Amino acid sequence: MNNIGAIDIALAASVTAILATCSPLVVRRQQHLRAIMCLLLAITAALAVAAGISGLLGSHGQTTLPLGLPWMPMHVRIDALAAFFLLLIGALLLPAAIYSQGYLRHVKQLIPMVVFLPLFVLGMIGVVISDDAYTFMLFWEVMSLASYFLVTFDHHQAENRKAGFIYLLMAHLAGLLILGSFAVLYAASGSLEFQAMRDAPLSPVWATGAFLLAAFGFGTKAGVVPLHGWLPDAHPVAPGNISALMSGIMLKIAIFGFIRIIWDLIGAGDFQWWWGVLILAAGSSSAITGVLLALQQSDLKRLLAYSSIENIGIILIGLGLAMLLARYDQPAMAALGLVAALYHTINHTLFKGLLFMGAGAVVHSTGTRNMEAMGGLIHRMPWTAALFLVACVSISALPPFNGFVSEWLTFQTALLAPQLGSAMLTAMVPFSAAMLALAGALAAACFVKAFGVVFLGLPRSDMAIHAHEIDHWMKAGMIIPALLCLLLGLLPVSIIELLDGIPQLLLHVSLTESVQTHGWLWLTPVHASQASYSAPVALTGMLIIGGAAFLFLHPKGHAVRRSTAWSCGTPETNNRMQYSASSFSQPMRRIFSAIYQPEEQLHTERRAHPLLTTRVSYLVHVHDLAVDKLYQPIANYVLLQAKRLDRRHQQDIRSYLAYTFYTILFLLALLSVQQSAMEQRNQPAATSQSQPPATLPGLTSGQTGTEVRR
Amino acid sequence: MSSILIQIIQALLLLLLAPLATGFVSTCKARLQNRRGAGLLQPWRNLRKLFVKEVVIASHASWLFRTAPYVVFTATAIAASVVPAMLVDTPLSLTADVIALVALLALARFFLALAGMDIGTAFGGMGASREMTFAALAEPAMLMSIFVLSLSAHSTNLTTMITHTIHTSFALHPSLAFAMVAMLMVAVAENGRIPVDNPTTHLELTMIHEAMILEYSGRHLALMEWASMIKLMLFATLIIDLFMPWGMAMQATPAALAIALGLWLLKLAGLLLALALAETALAKLRLFEVPEYLSGAFIIAFLGLLSYYMLEAGV
Repeated sequence: MNNIGAIDIALAASVTAILATCSPLVVRRQQHLRAIMCLLLAITAALAVAAGISGLLGSHGQTTLPLGLPWMPMHVRIDALAAFFLLLIGALLLPAAIYSQGYLRHVKQLIPMVVFLPLFVLGMIGVVISDDAYTFMLFWEVMSLASYFLVTFDHHQAENRKAGFIYLLMAHLAGLLILGSFAVLYAASGSLEFQAMRDAPLSPVWATGAFLLAAFGFGTKAGVVPLHGWLPDAHPVAPGNISALMSGIMLKIAIFGFIRIIWDLIGAGDFQWWWGVLILAAGSSSAITGVLLALQQSDLKRLLAYSSIENIGIILIGLGLAMLLARYDQPAMAALGLVAALYHTINHTLFKGLLFMGAGAVVHSTGTRNMEAMGGLIHRMPWTAALFLVACVSISALPPFNGFVSEWLTFQTALLAPQLGSAMLTAMVPFSAAMLALAGALAAACFVKAFGVVFLGLPRSDMAIHAHEIDHWMKAGMIIPALLCLLLGLLPVSIIELLDGIPQLLLHVSLTESVQTHGWLWLTPVHASQASYSAPVALTGMLIIGGAAFLFLHPKGHAVRRSTAWSCGTPETNNRMQYSASSFSQPMRRIFSAIYQPEEQLHTERRAHPLLTTRVSYLVHVHDLAVDKLYQPIANYVLLQAKRLDRRHQQDIRSYLAYTFYTILFLLALLSVQQSAMEQRNQPAATSQSQPPATLPGLTSGQTGTEVRR
Repeated sequence: MSSILIQIIQALLLLLLAPLATGFVSTCKARLQNRRGAGLLQPWRNLRKLFVKEVVIASHASWLFRTAPYVVFTATAIAASVVPAMLVDTPLSLTADVIALVALLALARFFLALAGMDIGTAFGGMGASREMTFAALAEPAMLMSIFVLSLSAHSTNLTTMITHTIHTSFALHPSLAFAMVAMLMVAVAENGRIPVDNPTTHLELTMIHEAMILEYSGRHLALMEWASMIKLMLFATLIIDLFMPWGMAMQATPAALAIALGLWLLKLAGLLLALALAETALAKLRLFEVPEYLSGAFIIAFLGLLSYYMLEAGV
């Protein structure tokens, strides 16, 4: 047993995923198919967690697989970074697999899901453990393509097909840019293997090229503003379990790629000062734009998708700070920023996965994604409500849950950072911290809205009245990430110790010493006199005070008297009198109207008398300016050019023949030019070309065959 | 052992004196307006009355409505017990630094807003929406002014920040002045006082905090009211700690503690009197002017940051 390392467990996880993909070949009955897929995925997840933990504890390893191209076998390797992301994949995949067992119960056509979901997982695991550019890109494309088929799982609706197409387009644009980045690194090192790329020296210009290509490529895939246009369309239309995995894990794989190429392959030594500034600015703008747009959505899953953009922004703020600090030779502070970013990465995986699973449960039970048709679900779905609340508190960065720990660490990195190169930079760091504070507080507003409108108040439609609680599988799937959210909030010191291998790998410093000085109870990023936080103590205090207040105040034995709610003396309240999703965000719409540019239409009908209003309708539409101002012009331009080309299609047969003729003429000219050039260079090569190629006999026999038939 | 005892006494003092502080503000306001006022103890009497009264809740209120008062109260109370009032170095001050303190208050606000939305009346939703909006705008200003303070102390830990301020010789620091103005403005907004919100108003379309707790009664209402009184006390003590901590006890000796207690009460009275004066002199802002007020606070704090780098960083 001693010989089994993390890499073997990770490969076993990949094999299980492949088995799950192949299961429709053997199993026919839908029910069995679902159970087998969920079981195999759960095993994959458990193996990924095992590989991740053993990798983080120091079991590294690499191997070369006898697969791939003849001259390019696949290299796989596990280091601390790969191990952390394997752990992240497994931590959400396991609950998602359990959840799927219940969620997919009523799905009619399961086979696309059974084929592509494990492939998607395989792609993500493969990207993480890859050790050469070829393997990386191969699995990257497997991940992108498989997720396209999952986004368009419900392909009968035109909206979903369109979202899927835009997703495919952007994913390939991202893939192309990443490929470009690898090409630059390949040109510098002469090898596709990561180790060679790591060792090769890079000139500043080439390093910048690789950085920009990687940053835009992974930024597109992660949904960084303004490259996020595909994300709020694609994530909501996928089934609930897929949205959870896409938002929870796939976006983080882009973060992984970013860290792998920029921190590991290019290396912290090559950083230039404006790289960190660029990432910091991208992070701040993503965080603010994402949460502002999330606030205005009334589609629950779209709200969550925009919130993912915000959280990617928070991760990038941490990474950008770390890049700046690494550039200015503050490795210990840089390590803190890096760990803050990674901590937020796993936190977002857990609570966004939980939120999407909860949203899936709500959509499953009410049949709509529109929040304006929900309300009062806490009475009918108490479990879902409680678990969703845990995720809402976590994502709003409130103690004692996990979201607060990572945002607090990011704040500490920004606040305690010493002065950087110039006054501009030094003032920019606190400004981005203020933007982080704004984003965090707006996120709290956003999730008060999400929870309040969906679960609290009165039901706004019949669908909400007849909602039902989810089954045990789905409940179990949601309980695991909820518990992990609390655990990661309470034990940050142990988690940071577990993550310590990553700053050691990338920055050659360890955080353990400064973090551990006061034991597991007190989180002290630098020193206790600078800043400290202890969630267990705060939680214990709250439980003691709250319990005492409850015992002291709560009368035993008689029920609380209930009465109708007060409504200014009108006899009864109805569900249309309460605040709706769009009225909740109305103050924001007004304050940030320059950013939203809302289109509002108000119609008041007064049929009988000018003073008697019979009907009021209010329509509001908030634009995503990036989509309107950036994507639409590009799309329009491409369409325009296509139309111009289209005109050439409308002609008669003679012009088509002319096209063919001229094309052949052009190709012949090209061939003769090439041949004459080769003849000039070396005579033997030209003579060998004049001989008939080896494939010619087959071609001639085919021709004779047709002649015979004639 | 003695420091733990002092910690407990200090936390209890903050909790028990909080209604008195609110009573002090309203008495001062009444005197300034040529009224007699209900007296210092009136908030205490109100709380006592509410604690014994029967609870009536709306027919479709959920469990969240009934747990929210306890969450709001405990989160505020824990935040209050972290803030040093007399002794600088208390055992609990390690639990949370200033940022965590703000987050604990945000936790209380989160549940307050959710409770407001639970009933499904227009008032609750309106209060929740406005509270969360304005809190979001206040947050960057608050953080920026904390940042200005932490720059010279190199810490966000309250004990270290206080010690640093006590040990530096008194001089006029422009950055601190800016930070203090911003912090005062944020404190007024966070506590729902004039000119942002009016704590004595009911049934107006401008109310924020009162709109959320409109459906509460009995002990639930008492806890909510008490929590908001503690919050006022907490912010006043925090401002004293950060900007004028002189006289606080470094060692837990009886004499030092007595001086610290006296000075603390004196400074509190001064701050609260200033609040009463401001509330009498100012009119409430229109709702959509509050964002401008809060972004003004942010700009002032940012000016403090810039002036720190320009005037004080090298010195």
